[in-house]
Amino acid sequence: MVAAPPAPKKPVSKPAHHEPSAVTPATPTAEGVISVRGLDFHYGTKQALFDVNLEIPARKVTALIGPSGCGKSTLLRCFNRINDRIAGAHISKGQVVIKGKNIYDDDVDTTQLRRQVGMVFQKYNPFPKSIYENVVYALRIAGVKKKPVLDEACEHALKVAALWDETKDRLKANAFGLSGGQMQRLCIARAVAVRPDVLLMDEPCSALDPIATLKVEELITQLTKEFTVVIVTHNMQQARRVADLTAFMFMGQLIEFADTTTIFGAPQQKKTEEYIRGIFS
Amino acid sequence: MHAPVDPSPGGAAPHPFAKPKTHRETYEFLIRQVLRAGTYSVLLAVGLIFAHIIIKGVPVVFTTKAPFINTNFLTKLPETLHVIEDKQGKIYETSPQGSDVIKKELGGNMRSEKTISYSGGGILGPIVGTALLVLVCMVVALFLGIASAIYLSEYASHGKFIEGVRLAILNLAGVPSVVFGLFGLGIFVLSAPVLTDTPHERSLFSIPLGFTYMSFQGWDTCVLSGAFTLAFVILPVIITASEECLRAVPQGFRETSLALGATRWQTIWRTVLPFAMPGILTSSILGIARAAGETAPIMFTAALAFKDKLPWQGDSGFFGIFTQSVQALPYHIYTIAARIPQSEYSERAQYGSVFVFLVLVLMFAITSVLLRRKLRAKYQW
Ligand SMILES: Nc1ncnc2c1ncn2[C@@H]1O[C@H](COP(=O)(O)OP(=O)(O)OP(=O)(O)O)[C@@H](O)[C@H]1O
Ligand SMILES: [Mg+2]
Repeated sequence: MVAAPPAPKKPVSKPAHHEPSAVTPATPTAEGVISVRGLDFHYGTKQALFDVNLEIPARKVTALIGPSGCGKSTLLRCFNRINDRIAGAHISKGQVVIKGKNIYDDDVDTTQLRRQVGMVFQKYNPFPKSIYENVVYALRIAGVKKKPVLDEACEHALKVAALWDETKDRLKANAFGLSGGQMQRLCIARAVAVRPDVLLMDEPCSALDPIATLKVEELITQLTKEFTVVIVTHNMQQARRVADLTAFMFMGQLIEFADTTTIFGAPQQKKTEEYIRGIFS
Repeated sequence: MHAPVDPSPGGAAPHPFAKPKTHRETYEFLIRQVLRAGTYSVLLAVGLIFAHIIIKGVPVVFTTKAPFINTNFLTKLPETLHVIEDKQGKIYETSPQGSDVIKKELGGNMRSEKTISYSGGGILGPIVGTALLVLVCMVVALFLGIASAIYLSEYASHGKFIEGVRLAILNLAGVPSVVFGLFGLGIFVLSAPVLTDTPHERSLFSIPLGFTYMSFQGWDTCVLSGAFTLAFVILPVIITASEECLRAVPQGFRETSLALGATRWQTIWRTVLPFAMPGILTSSILGIARAAGETAPIMFTAALAFKDKLPWQGDSGFFGIFTQSVQALPYHIYTIAARIPQSEYSERAQYGSVFVFLVLVLMFAITSVLLRRKLRAKYQW
């Protein structure tokens, strides 16, 4: 078993049992920030995350990298509690604090949480509906009925996703008529339509060709104007290109978390260095 | 280890792809012929059944003169057929009223008169009855079936209990349909609750509600009782098929919808069901075609061998379509084929009914295919 990693760079708060008042919206980085404190996560009897501590700053792109099966997706999926779906999945220790609130508290409504923490999946998966209906799905779910509001949100979301020019003339067309890259950008538009604070992306480009990938990457860097982005990626070039900060994970542990340039230029941990140099991948 | 080996041991190998000299080929050939023979015999049987029904039924339903369709057969209620023969050997087929007129005309010229029950007139009563039974059954079965399929596959956590429920549902499919008939008689006809001011004396018990009574006295022999019974006959098919269709919906859709802040029901209603519905409807319609053909479940619960009124012509008016007993095609066929003395006249009525029934079922099948196409086009995937 790997020894618990030394605390990453700086603003890591002490794990668990930490009085919640320590993270009040008063601190400068508190807005939109996610802080993971001493998180242990299990799939049934199998532990997938070991004492993870992480502070994700607002309006930045944070990348999670690491070898396959190290728990990147698991950690990401803890941020919007989509893991709740999986039978037996549970947290045995620690907290995930978003906007000053531990989202695993009993009084947290997951639907409200997920409206503020959007997610884009690896495989682009638009619903079998029109482009328009795809984008406004979350708004309709939230009970928005007024057409002007929906129209406005749709246009804004598509513009954010850099898809407006390509689709403005065929909003009523079925989303399945789009190309792969367009579909993934549609999924991003769909996720940002309710204007969440955080956008989680699990390998958003791995099903795309290089050109579509570049487009989506460009988009991701733009997204930080409005959102805090957390992205899981297997592609280290991609992490270098899009991420402000990078976290390296290994066997369920967070090994190192720092500026992307530090991680790729002068990693402090041996494991990180080995991975970056391609020993694991 | 992997050095080239002589491909056909014991024989000269002219080239590396030479066939090995074994019986495998003969064996393959035999298997193929057996499978083919099986398929063709099924085809033959189906062909013979259809040919038989068409050859015997078409002359009854269609005519050689315009409008080429025997409208009487499709638009009149069944009645007793009177066949009168005069002394010259001329034969008159007529209704009970018509027979008096003809007898008077012929006077002493009449040689004989035969009556054949149920074989005169038309089969409008049975057609209407079957249509009503099937429609109500469809609504009930789809509602109950889809609801339980959703519960089983989307809500219930997997475990021994749910497996047991599934097994029970599957076993339901093996219960003989006459048992369903008796079940329907006991539950729907004799003890289902009704709201009434004057509870029947055979009521099991009645609960006073203040303004009226809820009396467990059954719904009587009526469309509703029959349709509910039929619904239970086909529920296993519908539940199993619906569960399969729900399972075929990609998990990604559910996850995406939940990640967008939808509740579980919103996800099911807006994403899962639209996707699964075409499949559910197609497989259900086949089950419903089976319900249309069932005789035993409706014998005790809804159908009469003979009725001279359409359901809405009774005292209860329009709602008679739910509360009146009816005639039904399969039961009518059974009655004519097995419950009355056979003659060329009864056989005619019998095959006419069978043919009409076959056409109805065919229409169901076509509807299901068209419906699926339409829904598919709407939700292209
Ligand atoms: N639903 C599940 N049930 C049980 N174990 C799971 C489940 N999902 C993931 N795991 C396990 O948890 C560990 C972490 O998985 P996770 O999917 O988070 O890895 P990952 O870093 O995202 O890998 P990849 O790069 O291949 O996507 C793995 O060992 C995996 O086998
Ligand atoms: Mg993953």
